[in-house]
Amino acid sequence: MILTIAARELRSLFLSPLAWSILAVTLFILAYLFLSQIEAYVTLQPRLAALEGAPGVADIVVAPLLADAAVVLLLVTPLVTMRVLSEERRNGTISLLFSAPLSMTEIVVGKYLGVVAFFLILLGLLALMPLSLLAGTALDLGKLAAGLLGLALVVSAFAAIGVYMSALTEQPTVAAVTTFGLLLLLWIIDWAGNKQMEESNALAELSMLRHYEPLLKGLFNSADVAYYLLVILLFIGFSIRRLDATRLQP
Amino acid sequence: MPNKPLVQVDHLTRYYSQTCAVDDVSFNLARGEVLGFLGPNGAGKSTTMQMITGNLAPSAGQISIDGMDLLDQPKRAKQAIGYLPEQPPVYRELTVDEYLQYCARLNRIPRGRIAAAVATAKERCGLGDVARRLIGNLSKGYQQRAGIAQAIIHNPAVVILDEPTVGLDPIQIREIRSLISELGKEHGIILSTHILPEVQATCNRVQIIHHGGLVFSDSTAGMAHRHATTSLIAVFNNAPNTERLSQINGVERVEPLDDGRFRIHYSDTDPAEALAQQAGSQQWRLCELTPERRTLEQIFIELTCSESPVREDAA
Repeated sequence: MILTIAARELRSLFLSPLAWSILAVTLFILAYLFLSQIEAYVTLQPRLAALEGAPGVADIVVAPLLADAAVVLLLVTPLVTMRVLSEERRNGTISLLFSAPLSMTEIVVGKYLGVVAFFLILLGLLALMPLSLLAGTALDLGKLAAGLLGLALVVSAFAAIGVYMSALTEQPTVAAVTTFGLLLLLWIIDWAGNKQMEESNALAELSMLRHYEPLLKGLFNSADVAYYLLVILLFIGFSIRRLDATRLQP
Repeated sequence: MPNKPLVQVDHLTRYYSQTCAVDDVSFNLARGEVLGFLGPNGAGKSTTMQMITGNLAPSAGQISIDGMDLLDQPKRAKQAIGYLPEQPPVYRELTVDEYLQYCARLNRIPRGRIAAAVATAKERCGLGDVARRLIGNLSKGYQQRAGIAQAIIHNPAVVILDEPTVGLDPIQIREIRSLISELGKEHGIILSTHILPEVQATCNRVQIIHHGGLVFSDSTAGMAHRHATTSLIAVFNNAPNTERLSQINGVERVEPLDDGRFRIHYSDTDPAEALAQQAGSQQWRLCELTPERRTLEQIFIELTCSESPVREDAA
């Protein structure tokens, strides 16, 4: 049942020009960044060759690419998630789901998985860029895998927040703006801490960026993974509660 | 369980902050019954329907569908409901076929039976010609039909339709009414509308809701009986005097109107036949004789236009 809703959500995304244009624009920008990183690598290569234990392609090309991809997706996620629930409520189609034999959890999780599936497709296409390097050079696949896992977790957390914001309002644009605001805040929240002290503090622990960086370096830390899973579960839970509350509206 | 009601609503109440939209409404719906839900705008019709279908949580009261409580067993209860809200819940970007297939899956129709269910629903609602078109490009009438098809696709025990004939042309309205009557044979149907003839044409029970409370409930047959004719309007070209008319068997009182028209009140025996006979033999030149019915419209206006509604006992 969850998969039925997820499949329809994904299909609906691809039936609108929005998903296609998002895929096209995002991949174009990331391809440009990828090529400029390769350019940088090529100019650095003679000096790197002289170094003992020099950083490889995975460090110089792949890690910056994935770091930039997270920022681009931060801008893009609100556009994909904004209409997930708000449009259904606005058009009254939500009553189709409410009067069908479905639980709120099934509705929300189904919708969420549909959005995540879209981002995984985007990630799959993105992964082809670094993988194409295999044709000409050796690549640290472990680092690449850790980086992609990190990006998948980041974007899944983004999507969970987006779905929740979409459950809050009937206006897709309001959902997009609030999603973007919250995502950006969670991304930069550790900046406040940096000025006073260098050590990690509570705010830094909340920052999405801080938990992403180790994964980009190929460092799989279960605390970081747990952070993203917690964010996802929290906001999915919020969305379910919120949708349930629309039936109780005062 | 033939005597168990399909829908049982007990003391249903719903507040929107301070406003009471539905106030202590109780009623039952039996299998094979078509219940017409009438009321002026804002009377609480849609709110009641939304509560029965689980789209709104009631502030107080209980709803059970086919013996299953809507709160305790929401999934099983909802499986027995087909609901068409005021605005048909259609996805504009899907074709009719895709939409109905999705609805069939949502309602947990087994995979192997989906195609048959979609075909039946399309055929019943006359959607065969537009099956491959996008719902967004269809006229309002076809969108409405797609909404009805969605409500009956899983062959639910209870079908709840909120103003199903809005936006349809007269031919479509007739088709939908006959569809409702046909569905009413095996299912229980609750129909909300403000088109009074529609109720008389399709429903076998009527309920009028006003200011959130149930003010009238009767079967259409019982209504015809209880509010039966007690007066006739007769028009003569060569009018006799009032006394001659009052002497006719059964006549209680004669009220002369203008242009040779008379209102003839009676109590037990209908004097129409005797009157026509006399008129023939006495050359009164009777040219019109109509029983005056207390129509649903009159009842409706009486009940809903009064400032403080008088509750009639729910029969």
